Amino acid sequence: MIETVRVGMAEYKAARSPVVLISLGLGSCVGVALYDSAKKIGGLAHIMLPDSNLSGRRDFNPGKFADTAIDMLIGDMDKIGADPKRITAKIAGGAQMFQIKSDNSIMQIGKRNVEAVRSKLATLNVKIISEDVEGNYGRTIEFNCETGELKIKTVGHGLKII
Amino acid sequence: MFSDMELDALREIGNIGAGNAATALSLLLSKRISMEVPRVAIIPFDDVSDIVGGPENLVTGIFMRITGDISGNILIIIPQKNACNLLYYLLKQKPEESYFSAMEESALTEVGNIIASSFVAALSDFAKLSMKITTPSFAYDMAGAILSFPLSLYGYMGDTAFFIETEFAEGIDDINFHFFLIPDDESLKVLLKAIGVSLFD
Repeated sequence: MIETVRVGMAEYKAARSPVVLISLGLGSCVGVALYDSAKKIGGLAHIMLPDSNLSGRRDFNPGKFADTAIDMLIGDMDKIGADPKRITAKIAGGAQMFQIKSDNSIMQIGKRNVEAVRSKLATLNVKIISEDVEGNYGRTIEFNCETGELKIKTVGHGLKII
Repeated sequence: MFSDMELDALREIGNIGAGNAATALSLLLSKRISMEVPRVAIIPFDDVSDIVGGPENLVTGIFMRITGDISGNILIIIPQKNACNLLYYLLKQKPEESYFSAMEESALTEVGNIIASSFVAALSDFAKLSMKITTPSFAYDMAGAILSFPLSLYGYMGDTAFFIETEFAEGIDDINFHFFLIPDDESLKVLLKAIGVSLFD
């Protein structure tokens, strides 16, 4: 029996195979699945927001923001034996669940989360090997640390493995 | 965090708004509507979806943003089964299993709009603050995905979710609504001040 570990909103978890990391019902949040295929060590971050500089408080949970959560996750993977130089990424989520007429870009959280994740991963030289992002529907994701496969389940938009 | 007196005041605000909303809903449906005593919840983001049946439960959501003297978000969640019951009652026609027609979406959105408008009108009256709500927006998906948007908006301000929540229910046809008011951080202070509750910071 493979152990499944749930990664809730604003959480990040690193694990060694055989483990499946799951996040249920991603909407505007982005799931960032990181993988060291040689060591079969995976990590999943369930990111809510793009940028910690916009935090209203100085003391915050780093798991919420793209720029801080990815650093923390790579640090945790490093601790259990992953080589940060070998890590690759798959990303999913970042939907716009409600069509809102607003000039305020803060309302487009999904899109901004995806952009922030892409730019953070680029800064760290982590290659994105596949992605399933944006759109207007929710996703449940399952990241298998044995195979590196990211399974994406939706309501009415099919099932995908990337 | 909040003092007991502030929490009591927020619950009372919830009560005034929700009472008015329940009355409007009752008139609209010509039905007896029961209402839960509103609660002020400060809980982890991830636990919010449990209120509406878990993150993967299929629900409809109607979202509106409050603007004016105070700002915040309103989300009304109707679980799929209850939404179908409501539509059957309103339109006398059973919806398809897997999707809602434009007409059905529009009917659900309008009911949400009426609940939210009545809530905000009562609140505005009571606190003597001017508030408007934006055009409602509809989604049908997993509860976690629908909640993620307003919760993320609040996430800039805190590490846990903060909201006033209540439930409206009708027993005979099994129609059920969850109402969430998620005020922006600064607005809570404005709101409490407007009703004369001093802040102990």
